[in-house]
Amino acid sequence: MVASVREALKASTMGELDDSYWQLSSVFDPTKTDLGPDEEALLVAFLRGLAGSISVIDVEHHKPLINSVLQMSIWNYGCYAGDALVDFVVLLATDGKYREACLDMLVCNFMPPRKIHHSRWIFRKKEVLDRVHSALHAIADLAPLACVQLLQIILHRMPPMHFPKEIIAIYVESMLKLEKSVIGEYVGTEILMALMDRLVDYDVEIKPEDIPHDDSSKGIFDMELEDVEENRDDFVGFGSQGTRQRELVLKNSVYAKKLDMLMVITFEHLKSCADDGRLIKVFKTLVESFKKTMLKTQKSKFAQFVMFYACSLDPEHCGVTFADLLTDMFLYEHDPLSRIISVAYLSSFLSRGKFLPTSLVVGILERMGYLIAKLKAVMYVLCFRMRSIVDVPHHKSQLLGVHLERILQHHLDPLQFFISDVDNNSAQVEEFLRQAKAAHLFFMSKTFLFDDLLDSELLKSYGDMERLDMFFPFDPYLLKESDRFIRPNYVFWSMVKTTYDNHNIEDDDPDDDGDNEDEIETFNLRNTGSVGGPDLIDDDGVYIDEDHDINEDDVLESSMNKMSITPQTLSSTRELFSGFGSTARMPARIRPSVSPDL
Amino acid sequence: MDDVFRVADTDLIAYIHPSMANKARRAIQRQLSSLLFTYNEAFDGMVLAYSIEDINKMAKILSGLQPYYGVNLKAKLLMFSPKPDMLLEGKIVRLERESIHVVVLGFCSASIMSENIREEFKYKSIGGQGVFINTSHKRHLIKSGSIIRFLVQSLDEEMLHISGSLIPAKTGCIRWLSKHVDEDSQMERNHKRQREEDLESESHKKKGIAKHHKG
Repeated sequence: MVASVREALKASTMGELDDSYWQLSSVFDPTKTDLGPDEEALLVAFLRGLAGSISVIDVEHHKPLINSVLQMSIWNYGCYAGDALVDFVVLLATDGKYREACLDMLVCNFMPPRKIHHSRWIFRKKEVLDRVHSALHAIADLAPLACVQLLQIILHRMPPMHFPKEIIAIYVESMLKLEKSVIGEYVGTEILMALMDRLVDYDVEIKPEDIPHDDSSKGIFDMELEDVEENRDDFVGFGSQGTRQRELVLKNSVYAKKLDMLMVITFEHLKSCADDGRLIKVFKTLVESFKKTMLKTQKSKFAQFVMFYACSLDPEHCGVTFADLLTDMFLYEHDPLSRIISVAYLSSFLSRGKFLPTSLVVGILERMGYLIAKLKAVMYVLCFRMRSIVDVPHHKSQLLGVHLERILQHHLDPLQFFISDVDNNSAQVEEFLRQAKAAHLFFMSKTFLFDDLLDSELLKSYGDMERLDMFFPFDPYLLKESDRFIRPNYVFWSMVKTTYDNHNIEDDDPDDDGDNEDEIETFNLRNTGSVGGPDLIDDDGVYIDEDHDINEDDVLESSMNKMSITPQTLSSTRELFSGFGSTARMPARIRPSVSPDL
Repeated sequence: MDDVFRVADTDLIAYIHPSMANKARRAIQRQLSSLLFTYNEAFDGMVLAYSIEDINKMAKILSGLQPYYGVNLKAKLLMFSPKPDMLLEGKIVRLERESIHVVVLGFCSASIMSENIREEFKYKSIGGQGVFINTSHKRHLIKSGSIIRFLVQSLDEEMLHISGSLIPAKTGCIRWLSKHVDEDSQMERNHKRQREEDLESESHKKKGIAKHHKG
């Protein structure tokens, strides 16, 4: 066979196109699929023959022949023909002139031909991809520099965003498989970067409308609670209802589904990296990519959860690194936009990461000093963490060292502004004063504009700052499939033990945490004093008197509403609060036991 | 005959983007790194390593190239420039009846086609593994994994691919050659080794300009 193919090739080089060469050409027909056993056997024989006569292949004369071989898809053939094809391609790639074309052919085979239906190729996925990957490794062994070419081809061949999600998934899986392999030593960083960029690409395609926070009758935060409810439904087997509502959450954004799927793949990859002990190396790349792309993406919605998940896999290293990175950016970065975004990331990360130790949180709060700009962030974090911080006296004294009251005491008086602005709803003020937590988030965005001259100019100069200002990157994760990775390490608002829970407990059991409770009161009073206005003190006085009279549900609800998270527009926030009180639903569902993973 | 390895003292101009102005050294290193393992006509070879000797503190703003500015620097470059008729050593990564595939220095691929393998080597399959056996010296074996010395026939500069030949008698598996080479080539090799040791002192002055590469 080898001899006859060789003769045919030689003859054609001499200009004698005899029958054998035509026969050779006709066998390698990339458009022909569904070969019978005979045809496949013939194909195998010719491929072996061609592999045996590689030295007589001429770049010019046999170009059409080689091109048609390289257009053949491994997915179309059985295992024998597939092996023969791959062997030939590997041999051909040893010749520098064909290497690029060979690599390109193999990369194209990451994806099945578009004609083949999903149901047909899914069973052969592993078999074919194993073949392709072993071929790539064989080529990398033969010519180590091929890795550089391979990288370019992989990035170039990435399927466009509108491709079916199965195709994108299979391609990305192959990319990550390479990242994990020996070749990944050389190209892994770029592959991960490309993947992260792609995640962001999908993320920005998800329109804000697709995420329903336009329902003005309830805060986003209520939705967070509802999600929990739905998930409980899922857990106990009433999946259909839960799923239906979930679908609503992310309407039918095709891109959301694709992002969801890519997130699953990425998370699984990170998990396997962590299992192999490669996470720290991979995390470095993730951080680079985060700094370069995600941080600069305004209101990235879900892609940043890659960082969250990576941190949850290794809180001691990755979690601390990430928190330090954000703090450094906030403190030392020159670009005002980066600072604002990084502090938003930081506050959200510290609040939501279940895996972060309280000591780290307090440490970071301390590091942030008493810049007014961090006020919102600190308050947000405290909403989630205050209970755990004040439970440890050492941490609490650290927290008091943050000089929160000095900020509140600032002559521009952020709290005063808040109170005068937001419909004078004394219940909200009371809630804030009582808690030194919860509440103030929604008005902080407005005080920002007045807080600090420098800041306010910066804010105004940035057109959409209001939105950005309200941005908490690690708000509840809404992608259905990949949610299971995030959920176990995520602090939902429903899981937060508030300081006033503590108070209630104390009512029941006076011996419990008596000292702490006193100190909380002190702390709160200090804040009260800092606010300054006599009306406030009055308010506070009323509050203290009424403490036990306030309907528990109301209190909880108001805190619920105040935990507004990343509202879409300010007007909707306004509506939210003008309607506040009329929707006296029972939000007291925030029993800690609700949290699904407990 | 030139050596396969050369150390070149070069005067280079690196074009730096203003965004890298406060980390010029890093930008220069990045530009030099982009030369690594690629063939460069100005140097007539591949750069294997570099060391920056001196960076001129005076940068030049060159008309037509704004906003880039040029930084003069001196660097030592270790060059690898295989030329036809040079002898190279490399590890066999794949061995077929048709061809032997070799990797030189762990990065440069080379292949030796069957017509460039001298007649005394015969292909045999032993235990499913292909080997070339020298018919006149039965102990001279070439198999996958062994290090061979071969003659350079040509170099594809774009792909960094070398076509080699095993036709001269002084080529083959180096383990066998080291034991059985005749006096002449032994001396020649000693001479060559001597020269390699003198690499540092012997250097060629080369001028070249690193293409600007945005940091």
